[in-house]
Amino acid sequence: MTETHEQDAHTRTAGDGLDARLVVDRGGFRLDVALTVAPGEVVALLGPNGAGKTTALRALAGLTPLTDGHLRLDGTELDRTPPEARPVGVVFQDYLLFPHLTALDNVAFGPRCQGATKAEARAQAAEWLDRLGLTEHTAARPRRLSGGQAQRVALARALATRPRLLLLDEPLAALDARTRLEVRARLRRHLADFEAVAVLVTHDPLDAMVLADRLVVVEHGRVVQEGTPADIARHPRTDYIARLVGLNLYRGEADGHTVRLADGPALTTTEVLTGPVHVAFPPSAVTLHRERPTGSSARNLWRCEVAGLETHGDQIRADLTGELPLAADLTTVAAAELGLHPGAEVWATVKAAQTHAYPV
Amino acid sequence: MTSPLDKSRTAADTLRGGPRRRGVRTGVPLPLLVPALLGLAFLMVPLVALLARAPWQGLPEQLTSPEVWQALRLSLLCATAATAVSLVLGVPLAWLLARVDFPGRGLVRALVTLPLVLPPVVGGVALLMALGRNGIVGRWLDAWFGITLPFTTTGVVIAEAFVAMPFLVISVEGTLRAADPRYEEAATTLGASRFTAFRRVTLPLIAPGIAAGAVLAWARALGEFGATITFAGNFPGRTQTMPLAVYLALQSDPEAAIALSLVLLAVSIAVLAGLRDRWLRAG
Repeated sequence: MTETHEQDAHTRTAGDGLDARLVVDRGGFRLDVALTVAPGEVVALLGPNGAGKTTALRALAGLTPLTDGHLRLDGTELDRTPPEARPVGVVFQDYLLFPHLTALDNVAFGPRCQGATKAEARAQAAEWLDRLGLTEHTAARPRRLSGGQAQRVALARALATRPRLLLLDEPLAALDARTRLEVRARLRRHLADFEAVAVLVTHDPLDAMVLADRLVVVEHGRVVQEGTPADIARHPRTDYIARLVGLNLYRGEADGHTVRLADGPALTTTEVLTGPVHVAFPPSAVTLHRERPTGSSARNLWRCEVAGLETHGDQIRADLTGELPLAADLTTVAAAELGLHPGAEVWATVKAAQTHAYPV
Repeated sequence: MTSPLDKSRTAADTLRGGPRRRGVRTGVPLPLLVPALLGLAFLMVPLVALLARAPWQGLPEQLTSPEVWQALRLSLLCATAATAVSLVLGVPLAWLLARVDFPGRGLVRALVTLPLVLPPVVGGVALLMALGRNGIVGRWLDAWFGITLPFTTTGVVIAEAFVAMPFLVISVEGTLRAADPRYEEAATTLGASRFTAFRRVTLPLIAPGIAAGAVLAWARALGEFGATITFAGNFPGRTQTMPLAVYLALQSDPEAAIALSLVLLAVSIAVLAGLRDRWLRAG
């Protein structure tokens, strides 16, 4: 039985993965997201709360019907298939492990529903728990498991149905900061081993960048940017993403080294471009001065006012308004020497070499 | 004693502790204290009277008489059967009310709860109109299958189930509403049909609510009087349940009535003990 399953899985690996356009209308909110994922690839849907990520996930699982669009998995149309008949496994945000069943029976639930006998299902479940390092916890009820263990049981439960599409909804959101680090690394290994399509939903850029091969950023029900984590971190295209990856981002019209911003001053960059562009630079590239600097080589010089200050690791992040709204990072000592306080007037400079311009 | 109660008591004691302890007794206003104590007495005195007047001497004899056993056996049997009917029909009905959004759901819920407030005698009359020999359904049962329900033991079960099932439906529906429906979704993503999800996930999750509802329904069925006597009559051995026997005995043999009442009191206390944890937790 197990052998044929594996045989089957191998032949189907040659299929073409996920190809979907998910359109869901839900009382004034419209989700319209196209998603193509190859087998073995891990894609993260990244976006702020209310962007429609979870709706997209539910639509993929069949828990929310599609208003329009299509859903093909390994060449098979799934849009009319009920959730129980889809080769889809879901790891829910708070895991939803059945509280009345042991870890073993939670994992055996799927195989049992697929027609395995009780003994077969339990044997398969034990194997999955073993693979995820949970051998000692097979007899435990979910209530007795730690957050990280519960997450692995949920993953084992989803994988035990041998899904061709694995969905993870905020897989790390329910964990505290300390376990998160370890669980994230572990989950990454398991996802790397998974041979079919994996889609995860998160609002945490770090989770997305560590776990996924490719990010699809969703805002207001639309895809706003798509690419590898490195590409998105370097070339954010919306304020949301820029904030996520910690960059100052502006949009303007480039003419040679100069970029004239739509509603502000001009910026000097190293790149030579024409037409609409984005300009980005990290907060650490900003230098603050109490007096207007004289003889400074920086051509990007703006008069700003401190709107707020907060600690950011061992640094202070200053939120500035004025000619150019921007975020600046400086050391605590520097902040003290400058006598920064909300309302203080400062001059901000950025070296052209530290800015980065790229076409829209 | 369960811990929540103990905890609240110790917390209250701590607050009142030391010099303020004396103030507590004088702190309860008389306009509240007097009616409260009267109310307590009002509820307790009849029960105390029942115990005081019990023919303890002749009690073993009374309770071992075949008439008592007959009535008790019939009562327990019918109440249990009525509870079983309520479970088989009531749990799916509760699920429908809690999980399926259909037009007129509010009205259906109101109709289901109607027998809770309907005088049981009216329920008995209504049952006669429906299932009596000339009733709108009973007529066909009689003509096609030769089945007659009124004034039979089955009739007792039907009358009790009619009155008791709403208790179960309300209890189970409340539990279902409190239960997270996403567990059912999780089950369907694992390949379970909606029925399998209900059977293997929802049912075990709401088992405590079902048990509590069943106990309530059973207790209600055990004490049923009005609908039973109207629909099933009062035939010893066939339809004469404990409450009917108590009522009848009171006219001829008051001591027997007291003895029978004590048995029902004991059963009620047992039910209360069974529900205690649940109620205290709710409090």
